[in-house]
Amino acid sequence: MDQFVINLIFVGGSFALYIGIAIWARAGSTADFYAASRGVNPIVNGAATAADWMSAASFISMAGLIAAVGYGNSTFLMGWTGGYVILALLLAPYLRKFGRFTVPDFIGDRFYSQTARLVAVISLLVMSITYVIGQMTGAAVAFSRFLEVDATTGLFIASAVVFCYAVLGGMKGITYTQLAQYVVLIIAYTIPAVFISLQLTGNPLPQLGLFSTHTATGQPLLQTLNEVLMELGFNDYTGNHGSTFNMVLFTLSLMIGTAGLPHVIIRFFTVPKVADARTSAGWALVFIALLYTVAPAVGAMARLNIITTLYPDGLQGEPLAFDNKPDWMLNWERTGLLRFEDKNGDGLIQYYNEANPPARAIEEGWEGNEMVLFNNDILVLANPEIAQLPGWVIGLIAAGGHAAALSTAAGLLLAISSAVSHDLIKSMINPGISEKGELLAARISMAFAIALATYLGLNPPGFAAQVVALAFGLAAASLFPAIMMGIFSKKMNSTGAIAGMIVGLGSTVLYIFTYLGWFFIPGTNMLPNTADNWLFGISPLSFGAVGAMLNFIAAFIVMKISAPVPKEIEELVESIRVPKGAGVAVDH
Amino acid sequence: MSDKSTDAYWKANVRIITICMVIWALVSFGFGIVLRPLLAGIPVGGTDLGFWFAQQGSMLTFIALVFYYRGYMNKLDREFGVEE
Repeated sequence: MDQFVINLIFVGGSFALYIGIAIWARAGSTADFYAASRGVNPIVNGAATAADWMSAASFISMAGLIAAVGYGNSTFLMGWTGGYVILALLLAPYLRKFGRFTVPDFIGDRFYSQTARLVAVISLLVMSITYVIGQMTGAAVAFSRFLEVDATTGLFIASAVVFCYAVLGGMKGITYTQLAQYVVLIIAYTIPAVFISLQLTGNPLPQLGLFSTHTATGQPLLQTLNEVLMELGFNDYTGNHGSTFNMVLFTLSLMIGTAGLPHVIIRFFTVPKVADARTSAGWALVFIALLYTVAPAVGAMARLNIITTLYPDGLQGEPLAFDNKPDWMLNWERTGLLRFEDKNGDGLIQYYNEANPPARAIEEGWEGNEMVLFNNDILVLANPEIAQLPGWVIGLIAAGGHAAALSTAAGLLLAISSAVSHDLIKSMINPGISEKGELLAARISMAFAIALATYLGLNPPGFAAQVVALAFGLAAASLFPAIMMGIFSKKMNSTGAIAGMIVGLGSTVLYIFTYLGWFFIPGTNMLPNTADNWLFGISPLSFGAVGAMLNFIAAFIVMKISAPVPKEIEELVESIRVPKGAGVAVDH
Repeated sequence: MSDKSTDAYWKANVRIITICMVIWALVSFGFGIVLRPLLAGIPVGGTDLGFWFAQQGSMLTFIALVFYYRGYMNKLDREFGVEE
């Protein structure tokens, strides 16, 4: 059967499943729409959280990022999972006990201030909208490669599918589609990894295969990879070639950023009890780690496989000829994400590090690296083809890529629509709105959010990657400290919290814009984005942790010199600290 | 529940959170990054223990921590009579 038809069956079949679930799980009330009536089993919620969290970035990009740098990019693995320890221990159980629907709900009530609520809504909207752009473009990449439609058509199909289950089902529909999407994406990710691990090491578990003996060379896989890379003039894979300080700071920023992402936090509002919130966070981490522990193996093995493909007779043998390129290279060249150039006109592909050319390149007079572009994002999607796996595995990867992008998009869209309908309309503009009116407002704002995300997906601002970093920085520097102080400090008052959020938000945005340009417009940066110019050597992408620190400091200083918290707020904090009496959904 | 036992419950909670967060930091920032040179002498499959912690061990420890905390707190909830 034609590969295109196989892809169509897998992707089409998974879409039909999601829509079927949406019709089955329609939302009838605002409690359904915002929090699935708090009736979600904690393990189901764990899987849904995992799908919600693991975006196109985790599924499509992460293994490629690790493959490109090796040890240095372990930051993504530790950062994006370590955040769940913070969530489970410091935030989730208390927010569930608090028992409302949104993050601005908590901040507005705990700090008894509409201003605090508004600051939280603004942070949430900026964060979620920028994040959703990346998901839509990720879905478009998957469409254009696997279904051979142009990216525009692909985006419209993706939007229509999300529209069906998110607008109809709200949190309830999203939860059960996310469960299905988790199953699809984890199978899609692990099956090729198991095959490849077997091929290279004979060990079916990629987590162990990464540290096993490479069958072809009879020595550990990572040792072979290190030797091969160094022979081509690259850095070794397992060594640390960056700044240890920035590695620590970047990991910390990713951790607290993860814990502060509203679309992840609201998932913990859906479980019945406080104890379930703790359990659910644990399962979420198990389901996430299932992919995250496989990712480094996928990265290392794919890097080795690509080099073996380019040097079929070994590094000292003749490189691959342009005429013998395998199909996957031809397919990906058409997307513009992979490019070769025969610089010395010998019809062979020479791949090596130009900046540090190996002896052979000088002896044979090579005129530059001829794999001129290999976009990290293609690594996972092309992986089954690189390892020459059967057609159905490729179809599976196509469906998995879509599942990852769509499940995260849906979670973000829910966070956006609930911030608009619940926090802006119901809590601030029109408190008298009826239950039915609010549900309608939630659906309309969801439809608007989808339209906006589609528009931004079609006209992606050229800075999607930096914007995602900004989203994490904002989550780390504004929402996380405010929520944490709201729980752990009884004395923190509204003036302190607002000052903290503004300082955290302001300093992070200022630092990022100083080096990456105002609103990311090229050329408007005030200082060149190089390590020499960074304040204390802190990379703009690592600044979230510093912003969070400034937030805490500002909040405590301002708290000392302003009016103390009212008695009833101290009682509120005491009540969220104990599980007893969480009960069912409470509205205002 | 009296104020006194609320305080005792919260103190016990903060204590276990602190212990867990110390381990959390030790396996990731510690073994995975800053203390990696100290673990360089312990070989693991073609590399060293620090690399394993950075790409596998830290994540496995995180899972253990979250489930340990869950079990501990469920027990603590019952001891103080604050479970649901």
